[in-house]
Amino acid sequence: MEADKNFILGVYEEEDVLLKAVKTVRDSGVKIYEVFTPYPVHTLEEVLGYRRTRLPIAAFFFGMTGTLLALTMQIGMMGLDWPMIIGGKDFFSIPPFIPVTFELTVLLAALGMVGTFMIVSDLKPYKKPRIFDIRITDDKLVMAVDLAKNKMSREEIAKVLEETGASEVNDKNFD
Amino acid sequence: MSDEKYVFRPERKRFLAITAIIGVVLVVIGILTTSSGGGHAEEEHSLVNAMSESLLASVEKDVALVAESTEGEGHGSETWLKRLFANLWMNNVYFTGLAIIGLCFVAIQYAASAGWSAGLKRIPLSMASWLPIAFVLMIVVWLVGNHDIFHWTHTDLYAAEGGDEILKGKQAFFYWPLEGTSGMPVFFVIRMVVFFGLWYLFFTWIKREMLAEDLDGKTSHWFKLRKLSAIFLVIFAVSSSVSAWDWVMSIDPHWFSTMFGWYVFASWWVSGLALITYSVARLKERGYLSVINANHLHDLGKFVFAFSIFWTYIWFSQFLLIYYANIPEETVYFVERMTTAPYSWVFYVNLLMNFALPFLLFMTRDSKRHISMLKLVCPLVLIGHWFDFYMMVNPGIMQENGGIGFMEIGMTLVYGSAFVYIMLNSLSKMPLVAKNHPMLQESLHHHI
Repeated sequence: MEADKNFILGVYEEEDVLLKAVKTVRDSGVKIYEVFTPYPVHTLEEVLGYRRTRLPIAAFFFGMTGTLLALTMQIGMMGLDWPMIIGGKDFFSIPPFIPVTFELTVLLAALGMVGTFMIVSDLKPYKKPRIFDIRITDDKLVMAVDLAKNKMSREEIAKVLEETGASEVNDKNFD
Repeated sequence: MSDEKYVFRPERKRFLAITAIIGVVLVVIGILTTSSGGGHAEEEHSLVNAMSESLLASVEKDVALVAESTEGEGHGSETWLKRLFANLWMNNVYFTGLAIIGLCFVAIQYAASAGWSAGLKRIPLSMASWLPIAFVLMIVVWLVGNHDIFHWTHTDLYAAEGGDEILKGKQAFFYWPLEGTSGMPVFFVIRMVVFFGLWYLFFTWIKREMLAEDLDGKTSHWFKLRKLSAIFLVIFAVSSSVSAWDWVMSIDPHWFSTMFGWYVFASWWVSGLALITYSVARLKERGYLSVINANHLHDLGKFVFAFSIFWTYIWFSQFLLIYYANIPEETVYFVERMTTAPYSWVFYVNLLMNFALPFLLFMTRDSKRHISMLKLVCPLVLIGHWFDFYMMVNPGIMQENGGIGFMEIGMTLVYGSAFVYIMLNSLSKMPLVAKNHPMLQESLHHHI
């Protein structure tokens, strides 16, 4: 079976039921693809066992790139390529370089973070969104399980989902 | 929720007393070494004077007067006495700041209807207990040492013939409704009394409401506190700025910076935050404050991190404008501090400790959530801002005769242990956690 195509969905009504269900389902050996909720559910990411984002590390390196780029640019332009006397200052005077350095650091860190985030979370502008169940934008909490990623059969997984309190168990296929 | 109380143990009191005694001994040693080995103290043509004169040489007659008046500062007390007053004054300003920031922090929490801090507001509140002592110390040191600390208090500067034209223009700010020749800075003293009076008044009101809430649990206290806090913050916004001009900027009376009120506030605020964070972390470590978890520590750490950067921003904004404009009567402030022997290293240490170290050490999430790291960085920031106030106050009073020695360290130990004693004593007399705070539940579930 091909991955990322055939899903089984457990539809839940209550936050508490869902949180308990996620735990039970994971304990029974089923790998969860994703859980969709209409609003942020606290501690859900902990129950799902997600690791913390490493976005800040990316931000640091994007920021450092900005700092070095800005300093290189200004020292290169103002100090080496075309030295100009401005207000009687040295050609290599750090204080007036700081505002530009700061701005470029912030700019590159911010843009880099946004870009990284969009790539990592698969939010490409040309991407066609996959709707697992239209009701996740309203009042239903939906747990999606990728059948290809699990060794258990569809029936066994459906049984686990029903036992944990899913009000419906549906199939969803993307072609 | 149990009635948690901080216990101020005798061994802790003894430790503070010993620290204070060591401080006094160091001050005495400092006085003896400064008064006996004063060989280099009264050098005539020092580096600063030489530099400021060469800077001023090209400017017109208004500014030439500045040079005259700075040379005329020779009159005054012995070096050791001046240095003693300078130390007393800078510690007054620094610890007053820590105290009033405690109240300011509490007021901001109420005015913003903040829920996360409900469990820890007693710590900043206890810091403000220093205010009455700060007032007494400040007024006494001012009365005794004003001629040594403040150049503008000399009446001969306001004489019709041969006075100081710049200070004559500023005399109303200090002496109104009298004249500078009277020697009675009425407006200045009134401001000092009124500011401390208002701060203390709001402190007692806010404290009274907070403690009353513990007893009857009415939500009306919270609404009243929010109103009081909002009024206090407006008053504090004005008074903190004006007190910065009065107590710190007027030490260099020919120089001025429109950023100075912000600069002093930024320094006070971040050192106050560091003290709050450090105290909360230490109390947590000792098993107090069960309502506080890593999320609260994280938020406090973020405060210290963010406002260290804020301070740097303000510091740099002031520096860059003066550096770029390159007007001699402004630049001399940095010439005195950046390129003069006793202060040059402090100038760079100041930037290192207040920007580079907190910025790098507090950058990651984990560092702000662990008590061991908070215990390392918060004292760094506190010491760093002590250096910052040293740089604001001492060079203006001592010129090239200053330095950091026994007297500076000893005086700070005395003030610090007294401050901590008053703070912990006040903390031990009230419940540590506001059990009837309407947002305590929210604070317990604080999650970031």
